[in-house]
Amino acid sequence: MADELVQLLSPEGQRVDHPDYECSLDDTAILGLYRDMVIVRRICNEATALQRQGQLALWAPVQGQEAAQIGSGRALAPGDFVFPSYREHGVAWTRGIPPADMLRIFRATETGGWDPQRYHCNLPTIVLGDQVPHAVGYAMGIQRDGAEEAAMVFFGDGASSQGDVMESFVWAASFMAPVVFVLQNNQWAISEPTSLQTKIPLYRRADGFGFPGVRVDGNDVLAVYEVSRRALERAREGGGPTLIEAYTYRMGAHTTSDDPTRYRVDAEVEVWRHRDPIERVKALLAREHAVRSSTFEEVAAEAEAIAQALRADVLAMDAPPATDMFDDVYAEPHPWTEAGRAEVLAFAEEAR
Amino acid sequence: MSPEVFHLPDVGEGLVEAEIVAWKVAIGDTIALNQPLVDIETAKATVELPSPYAGTVTALHGAVGDVVEVGAPLVEVATALDGSAPLGELAETAASTGRPAVLVGYGVAADAPVASRRRRRGAPDSPPAAVVPPTPVAPVSRVAGPVRTTPPVRLYAKQHGVDLATVTGTGREGIVTRADVERALARPAAPSAPRTAPAPAPATSLAGRPVASWSEGPLEEHIPVRGVLRSMAEAMTQSAFSTPQAAVWVRVDATRTVELLESLRQRPAFAGSRLSPLAIVAMAVVDGARRFPAINSTFDAAAQEVVIRRRVNLGVAAATPRGLIVPNVKAADTLGLTEMTAALSALVDAARAGTTTPEAMLHTTITITNVGPFAVDGAVPILPPGTSAILAVGQVARRPWVVGDAVVPRHTVDLSMAFDHRHVDGALASAFIAHVGRFLEDPAPALIAP
Ligand SMILES: Cc1ncc(C[n+]2csc(CCOP(=O)(O)OP(=O)(O)O)c2C)c(N)n1
Ligand SMILES: [Mg+2]
Repeated sequence: MADELVQLLSPEGQRVDHPDYECSLDDTAILGLYRDMVIVRRICNEATALQRQGQLALWAPVQGQEAAQIGSGRALAPGDFVFPSYREHGVAWTRGIPPADMLRIFRATETGGWDPQRYHCNLPTIVLGDQVPHAVGYAMGIQRDGAEEAAMVFFGDGASSQGDVMESFVWAASFMAPVVFVLQNNQWAISEPTSLQTKIPLYRRADGFGFPGVRVDGNDVLAVYEVSRRALERAREGGGPTLIEAYTYRMGAHTTSDDPTRYRVDAEVEVWRHRDPIERVKALLAREHAVRSSTFEEVAAEAEAIAQALRADVLAMDAPPATDMFDDVYAEPHPWTEAGRAEVLAFAEEAR
Repeated sequence: MSPEVFHLPDVGEGLVEAEIVAWKVAIGDTIALNQPLVDIETAKATVELPSPYAGTVTALHGAVGDVVEVGAPLVEVATALDGSAPLGELAETAASTGRPAVLVGYGVAADAPVASRRRRRGAPDSPPAAVVPPTPVAPVSRVAGPVRTTPPVRLYAKQHGVDLATVTGTGREGIVTRADVERALARPAAPSAPRTAPAPAPATSLAGRPVASWSEGPLEEHIPVRGVLRSMAEAMTQSAFSTPQAAVWVRVDATRTVELLESLRQRPAFAGSRLSPLAIVAMAVVDGARRFPAINSTFDAAAQEVVIRRRVNLGVAAATPRGLIVPNVKAADTLGLTEMTAALSALVDAARAGTTTPEAMLHTTITITNVGPFAVDGAVPILPPGTSAILAVGQVARRPWVVGDAVVPRHTVDLSMAFDHRHVDGALASAFIAHVGRFLEDPAPALIAP
């Protein structure tokens, strides 16, 4: 299994050579990826705390998957379009989405949170796998526009069992759609282990559809970046789809409503703690790029300030009128949504 | 300056209460923003609540073990001068919303397990949920089940003392509207409808799943094989069809064990502990494993080797409200009787409360199944996969026993043991069970000098 995994940076922070992939990033760029990951983890921790304080209805922690998301997100070009699932806070960060906007849906003050066109990033999709056909459709649109862009879609090991995902693979392959499928295999779908979803390594599913599948160390930001960059280039140049399986681990709970100690053993979490995506980059930067501890402190301070600003923004978010949810279902008024709006108003009247 | 009050939030999409598991701060402590305050356990998870305020703790509401309602005050903090963030409305409204839809993942189970040790703050201890017959709510004439209406109407009816079950709904599909309740209010009070007798408790259950009684259930009932039931089915099938098992049994005079337990119960070291014959049997099994290590082993068919373990993780088959599970006492061979008693109590408590962790069920090396509480004399158990011996302990009862030439009443118990006959032969199994039997016949010397 180890030889199937593309890795450029070991868990100890040692650079590793790979026959097919080379690290193209300089010191500054690597430090940038480190900064991204630290900030995303800090945002995630603040969001978890806010949920525990009753300020968010729910939160889906990203902890452990920072490299999988930052590596792929930073490989995107501005014109590319992202289709995230519900845990892609790291990807959202790389798209420039303000952290407060990521939390709106979790505070339940908005059904979305940002303008997808502005950031070239669709809204979080909670119905498993739904975003995958959306991405393929968008990619086929890119083809018809003749644009040199790609779509990148994120889904989990659990979602990989959805029929929509299989159909999307067929369409993408048949039309050579410029789409990169990023499957974050974080080993768990809530309480079900990946072994339940598949009998073969997930990246090998691509074989059956006739496009390349690559398994990358999802906790190695350098490898994820290079593998993603190659796949996106290939897509934009008309080479068709790629499936990237980012082999990673969900360090936290599925969501704040979940208690993972009920179904997985501590020893497993311990093993993955040693493969932390952030620590290995820090070790590399400190040892081989002579990055000083003051620099790491600056990054931590910046992350702290972002977290504090996020807290203030969230506490200032007011609940919208209940009828807001009907506003953006269709571009124009529709009899069904208008009937729904009337029903909600009547309900509110009963509650007066 | 009045202190900021942190109210218990709904941390799990539709929860109404939580139990305080551990306080992390004390009154007078200076705390930072997001510093852990308390561990709470909800129907879904045990979680740590971080403080939304920086300052000094001035009040903690509730003691460990108390159940606090969502929205009730939990902690008060006198904040620093720069003020602190106001709490939003999420915490306060959650309690009244019932079971909202869940965004990511599955919802709160309708019958979320209630740990038996929970007690409601201010209310007297109540017996475990399972033995309390449900309070009747519907009059005889109606089909049981909630009246169809909307939450605000439910609230309105409650506030005005209107029993919704007596109101005829005129809304769409017969749902009760606010106008219906208003009409009912205008009506002169009628004598309240007769109440039904309490619903009978489920007549029986199948591996923790309720099964309706003969007369109430359908002609043919289909019970999905899931959860603990599935684990049990898989483990037993795997064991039965992969491992040739044989059994031995022996009847022993456990009078001295019974007497020893009685005298130990008087001692301060065992005050409050649940000292039972099981603890002595556990000590006997560990002692037997020490004497006959080959019994504490695994037949590894794939590797074609027998793995002997010089560490006893003592499995105890536990019937729980959710079905059969087999957690183990880790490193039982390092424990004395007091520690063993405590470990067994903790194991049983966790099993009953449904808090047994997956870890507690891993790496069992040998197992005891205590069938005595079911008032049977013995059993032929099936081995948990990966182990080579499981000892069944029947009920300890006074039975006729031959002492010298006389028949006298003695406390006797039947021990039976299933073993993996691929590598454990009858001689080894017999020697082991005989050793356990002798231990119970005269436990004191064995306990003192193992
Ligand atoms: C179609 C559908 N089925 C079930 C669910 C409930 N659900 C939410 S998340 C989840 C597990 C998903 O696991 P995975 O795809 O591995 O993603 P991860 O949560 O690990 O990031 C499930 C079953 C859902 N949201 N949508
Ligand atoms: Mg997953």
